[in-house]
Amino acid sequence: MENFDGYQTHGFYDELVGPDGKPRPVTAPLLKQINALSPKELRARQKAAEQLLYQQGITFSVYGDKKGTEKIFPFDIIPRVVPSEEWSVLEAGLKQRIEALNLFIDDIYHDQKILKDKIIPKALVLSSACYLKQCRGLTPPKGIWVHITGTDLVRGKDGAFYVLEDNLRCPSGISYVLQNRAIQKRTFSNAFETMKVRPVSNYCDHLYDTLRHASPVVTQKKPIIVVLTPGIYNSAYYEHAYLAQQMGVPLVEGSDLAVIDDHVMLRSTKGFEKVDVVYRRIDDEFLDPKVFRKDSMLGVPGIMECYRKGNVTLANAPGTGIADDKAIYAYVPQMIKYYLGQDAIIPNVPTYVCSESKQCDYVIKNLKSLVVKAVNLSGGYGMLIGPFSTSAERKEFAGRIRKNPRNYIAQPTLALSRSPTITKGGIEGRHVDFRPYILYGESIFVLPGGLTRVALVKDSLVVNSSQGGGSKDSWVLGSEPSNIKDIHRA
Amino acid sequence: MLSRVANSIYWMSRYLERADNVARFINVNVHLTLDLGMEGNNTQWHPLVVTSGDEADFTKRYGKPTEKSVIRFLTFDEKNPNSILSCINYVRENARTVREAIPSDMWEKINELYHLVQRHSRKQRITNLQEFYTHIRLSTHLFTGFFEDIMSREEGWHFARVGKMIERADKTARFLDVKYFTLLPNPEYVDSPYDAVQWGAVLKSVNAFEMYRKQFHRLNYKDVAQFLIFDPLFPRSLMHCMQAAERSLRAICTSIELSSPAQAEMIKLQAMLAGTTIDTILTGGLHEFIDIFQFNLNVVDQAIYKSFFARA
Repeated sequence: MENFDGYQTHGFYDELVGPDGKPRPVTAPLLKQINALSPKELRARQKAAEQLLYQQGITFSVYGDKKGTEKIFPFDIIPRVVPSEEWSVLEAGLKQRIEALNLFIDDIYHDQKILKDKIIPKALVLSSACYLKQCRGLTPPKGIWVHITGTDLVRGKDGAFYVLEDNLRCPSGISYVLQNRAIQKRTFSNAFETMKVRPVSNYCDHLYDTLRHASPVVTQKKPIIVVLTPGIYNSAYYEHAYLAQQMGVPLVEGSDLAVIDDHVMLRSTKGFEKVDVVYRRIDDEFLDPKVFRKDSMLGVPGIMECYRKGNVTLANAPGTGIADDKAIYAYVPQMIKYYLGQDAIIPNVPTYVCSESKQCDYVIKNLKSLVVKAVNLSGGYGMLIGPFSTSAERKEFAGRIRKNPRNYIAQPTLALSRSPTITKGGIEGRHVDFRPYILYGESIFVLPGGLTRVALVKDSLVVNSSQGGGSKDSWVLGSEPSNIKDIHRA
Repeated sequence: MLSRVANSIYWMSRYLERADNVARFINVNVHLTLDLGMEGNNTQWHPLVVTSGDEADFTKRYGKPTEKSVIRFLTFDEKNPNSILSCINYVRENARTVREAIPSDMWEKINELYHLVQRHSRKQRITNLQEFYTHIRLSTHLFTGFFEDIMSREEGWHFARVGKMIERADKTARFLDVKYFTLLPNPEYVDSPYDAVQWGAVLKSVNAFEMYRKQFHRLNYKDVAQFLIFDPLFPRSLMHCMQAAERSLRAICTSIELSSPAQAEMIKLQAMLAGTTIDTILTGGLHEFIDIFQFNLNVVDQAIYKSFFARA
């Protein structure tokens, strides 16, 4: 056990090691393979993986760096493991959740039954910055609003998974899932085979099918699908290019598209070609300067009118952010009950909505133990982590909350689970989350895998890449005996 | 295909060919100074600056050409848009914007080359010149290998090919021009060993030395010019480049079911080459001929821009 000598779980739930300090039964082959390596060899493998990412140009630009410095998104070669029984529950829970969220969005932009029945406060929904009145009465093809989701899950001290965020707008990170896997397979190939890790490599086939299914017109002709990117300076540009390449469809910028007679057209060497589906990786507010932000240089003037007329599909549909508002998130279990008549399979993290005055009072009194978040910010911005805050910061946040309670929610500080990670001082536990990806096409598909983000800084709870986070491969284990077909597809 | 993508592929390919040619020129010149026993004598470096077409900029910022300053200007000078560093930056920038349109292997080669040049540039000093330039050339060959072996002959491939051929013809023409220009005024050199070494260097600069020997056996300026302008079978001759570019333009027009002024201009240029002889050219002046050739090459380039990239 050389590499794991002295490994401590420190009372946290550990993804690979049990409370007794021994490997969890399903992870034993992996830990055995890691321990068969000398610490030096392990570091060499870590370095080799990083070098590979660098060579492949899987990098993001550092904002504000004039020299155009590029960094790899830090990758830790020790994977996290999700046993198959746990995965079955997560898979069912995520399908349930997406189905309900999609019904909720459709309801909000049509009859608003859920508001009339007072399940969710009307004022809360209609006051959301993510509620787009321009989407009232619209029905996207086949009624699907959220084609692509990356739900953030966390595991608490109790070992249970919770949904932390739904990410229904433009979730990113899937390319890391696929690339991490490609590298990981070479790193611990023995354990990979014995543990029957489920394949993720067919994601792009599913993505293509999902987009094709969403096409507005049914013709014999292949629909023209494009990926719309803000451009090479966007931190997720690599992912946009990767997905377009893997699907074999054009990667376009706003200026590559034009609107003619309410149709979206591609500026090609041939002249104009009609586009059927736009997988847009641009936020709603930048999508169409004629409808949303007038100063947007990234979008396509007039694209909303094409969408409104049913001439083009936008994936995800504009307006889905309404269900992403962190205050509205608090009501997802009620939505599931309301639309599906079921109890939520994966629970929410308990959430205090500051626009409710009683809850607000509680939050302000207990700032020291809570995590406060602005309802519309992500990436770890606009957050207060109570236990790690100074009294000045708490005072400032209390002021902000009082001034605009609608803008804040609070949650108990979670003791996120940890997973063994390579650090300068050997293998140590670091906090992780888990983001599986869900596609809503002909049916709802959950990719058996996902992005495990890891807070590389000791004791840190913030896993975002913009705040010093890295990633790990996530091994979802199959219950079926491994067969040759699976290995090839992995 | 997308006009922007076609444009980027075309320029990616042109800049890579340009970088490759600059590396080749410098490497040959390093050898040449050794062959001629001219180490420390800087006269041999002046023509390189002239060839680059950026003499004015060079003189303004560096003064008299020396081995050190020329190498720096042509290799690592960020302000020189045609230095190897700048070219490779453009190649990568273009490749990055069309990453989904080219095979990953090609992208990875470019990325690797970019990091290599960046690394050396930061050092500001090349310990082993020859190794460095050879490395650049090998990288571009690997890229070309992928380009030839794994990329479908669709529009993108043809745009890259047109870019490469136009750039190559331009470089071969320039090199011929400058060498001819600088060598001719020295009658005492004609047929001397010095003369042979110089013309040998011209051929080596475009990797034509051995292929030329098979045809003409002896070094002679008229035959060298004949070979580099007219030989339809040598892949760096003007004639060959124009034919290959024309074939690709034709393929592009067929695939998009349109005729284009670019193709017409290319056919005109090819006809001009085919309609003349080396004697006519030398009588009228090689320099004048190359001037006209390059002017027409620019006309083709502009027509390509208007026909395909500025569409819609």
